[in-house]
Amino acid sequence: MSEKVKVTIDGITVEVEPGTTILNAARQIGGDIVPPAMCYYSKLQGSGGKCRTCIVKVSKGSEKDPRPMPKLVASCRTTVMDGMEVMNITSPEVLEARAGVVEILLINHPLDCPVCDQAGECDLQNLGYEHGLQKTRYEFERRTFERIDIGDKIQLHMNRCILCYRCVFTADQITNKRVHGILNRGDHSEISTYIQTAVDNDFSGNVIDVCPVGALTDKTFRFKNRVWFTKPIDAHRNCPTCSGKVTLWYKGEDVLRVTARKDIYGEVEEFICNTCRFEQKKTADWVLEHPTHISDASVISSNHYETMIPLPVIQENLALQEANKVELEKTAKF
Amino acid sequence: MARKLLLEHINVPGINTLDVYRQKGGYRAVEKALKTLTPDEVVEEVKKSGLRGRGGAGFPTGMKWSFLAKPEGVARYLVCNADESEPGTFKDRYLMTYIPHALIEGMIVASYALGAKTSFIYVRGEMMPQIRILERAIAEAKAAGFLGKNILGTGYDLELFVQPGGGAYICGEETALLESLEGKRGNPRIKPPFPAIAGLYGCPTVVNNVESIAAVVPIINDGGDEYMKIGIGRSTGTKLISASGNLVKPGVYEIELGLPVEEFIYSDEYCGGIANGKRLKATVAGGSSVPVLPANLTLKLANGEPRLMSYESLSEGGFATGTMMGSGGFIAFDEDQCIVRNTWNFARFYHHESCGQCSPCREGTGWMEKVLHRLEHGHGKMSDIDLLVDVSRKIEGNTICPLGDAAAWPVASAIRHFRDEFEWHVKEPIKSQETNYGIAKYAEPIAKPEVTTEN
Repeated sequence: MSEKVKVTIDGITVEVEPGTTILNAARQIGGDIVPPAMCYYSKLQGSGGKCRTCIVKVSKGSEKDPRPMPKLVASCRTTVMDGMEVMNITSPEVLEARAGVVEILLINHPLDCPVCDQAGECDLQNLGYEHGLQKTRYEFERRTFERIDIGDKIQLHMNRCILCYRCVFTADQITNKRVHGILNRGDHSEISTYIQTAVDNDFSGNVIDVCPVGALTDKTFRFKNRVWFTKPIDAHRNCPTCSGKVTLWYKGEDVLRVTARKDIYGEVEEFICNTCRFEQKKTADWVLEHPTHISDASVISSNHYETMIPLPVIQENLALQEANKVELEKTAKF
Repeated sequence: MARKLLLEHINVPGINTLDVYRQKGGYRAVEKALKTLTPDEVVEEVKKSGLRGRGGAGFPTGMKWSFLAKPEGVARYLVCNADESEPGTFKDRYLMTYIPHALIEGMIVASYALGAKTSFIYVRGEMMPQIRILERAIAEAKAAGFLGKNILGTGYDLELFVQPGGGAYICGEETALLESLEGKRGNPRIKPPFPAIAGLYGCPTVVNNVESIAAVVPIINDGGDEYMKIGIGRSTGTKLISASGNLVKPGVYEIELGLPVEEFIYSDEYCGGIANGKRLKATVAGGSSVPVLPANLTLKLANGEPRLMSYESLSEGGFATGTMMGSGGFIAFDEDQCIVRNTWNFARFYHHESCGQCSPCREGTGWMEKVLHRLEHGHGKMSDIDLLVDVSRKIEGNTICPLGDAAAWPVASAIRHFRDEFEWHVKEPIKSQETNYGIAKYAEPIAKPEVTTEN
């Protein structure tokens, strides 16, 4: 085991393994200083670096070379160096650039949250709420696509896609035959299967779970209910193909949908198979464990918000308090 | 008449054939390097020469070569970037068309210096004639024993391949080029790791521009010290400039770095002045992605001294009053050209060529293009101008590859220097469709800043 390296993020020092990315180091600290990530997915190799919401400022390169990095860097793809100092929410420059990225992500997004199945558990919605502007400055027609059915259980709604490539990596890495990818270039890019070939694979349903927005939705759950009216419960079953550890989403006595269990960063703990996801929708199929604890500040967990504690470095510094006004107001509200 | 290094024999009939090229002293550098120098000595000569990358960024070539990782038992590659697609730049195409052996000779010497046994020339897909020319030249060189196994009896083997690209601008970015060369979608990779550590097929790779590689030939022939004497300061040697736009004699010129811009535009040896007796309004000095400058700042620095064609002098003044050498695509605009239209045209190009991988560039280039389209066609609003500046600021520096910067700089600089013209397009929506804003004050000498004493 090689020696651990020290990295300071927003004034909090943590020791991590060499080769850890800044984002993962921040996740070891936890709390508000974790940069949001729309495209990075720890379970998918090669993901990250694309959405640019996780950008941070490196104010000190390392102990050996203390020069700051000239540009803001994508924290999900930048590895830590010993003695590195990183500024995330303590840097107004980062917050401004991140707000810019959020605005840019939203200019071609249809903003159809009221009819979108992802609403309530959407990363883009959360991000927009935290950083976005009240109204858009984009005054042109938004890019639109036809809805595509990929397989009989999954629907692709490209209008909502932010091209994070997560589903492409999923298809590449956890299913044995890749059937979809990116077509075209620039803002005409779209996720697609070649000539709409059906995605037919035991694990293809996981693209729904990894999608940070409502672009890939479960057709067995589409328009059935709003997620915040359903009650998530952890359950398991003996499944021959996957671990069988899932979250069931109940409305009354009915299981409306089955998803993989997600951690606080919205990443699944273990990928599940299509049989568990689409076909086992009776309580009798499952062994129930306990209600799912969702610590995210999303509407699903409306009854158990966790108290946010501002970092010590912010409490002491007036300039930083000004920079993090929005965050602090939110804390005061709770 | 300044000395020419690359285009010295360009007018000799048949210089594109091996025989004539050899008569004029061709392949001397290969013989000298392979027979009398070690690879490290070749790298040392290039380092001494101070040669800077001719593709746009101006990074010292010798330094780039010395960064190449050399692990045991792993192949190393040299890739020549001939995916020249920057609007306003056509020097590499010219070089490859008329004097292909200069590139091949440079490739052999550079591959030898880096210890590469297989090298590639990645040529843009639209340049099919140049691909045929290069393939013929490689066959000639191979028949004469300059390529293949045991070159000139020195025991050094080299295979050289020409690979046509698909014609995407983004494939001129070195990591996207490598992806494309591997047969994948041409998306830039996220750096680090840099190609010098893990490039083509995960092996250490150097990617160099056509002109940088061709420039190695005179460096080896005359020695790095001789090459360094040409040019000015840290801009050493000669540079091919592709001059286009409203000039009397547009074309490819080889200049000694340090030539005054004014002389380059107006002297009969070079561009011969502005066509049809008009006046110069603005220039883009280094290909479409560098900041555009009004005539007064093109010819003179902010402090009144003449601006020179060199890496340092062109970027003097930073983004406020300077531009960049870039790839040497010199575009001149006369008084009848519309800067708004030109900016829109560039924005349209970047919107079309963005690879769509990272969000600021994918969405931002389209946004800028739409706003500029509206401004140019007389439907703009005053707030659009500030909006453009803001969007360009949000793209710049926040993207994976430099295409985002390249898209943002022309827009930001056009508004910085030509704000009057943008405002005129908003205030006079109908008139702006019929006439041009004209030259206004863009050619008037800049008021010298008053000398302030510090104490």
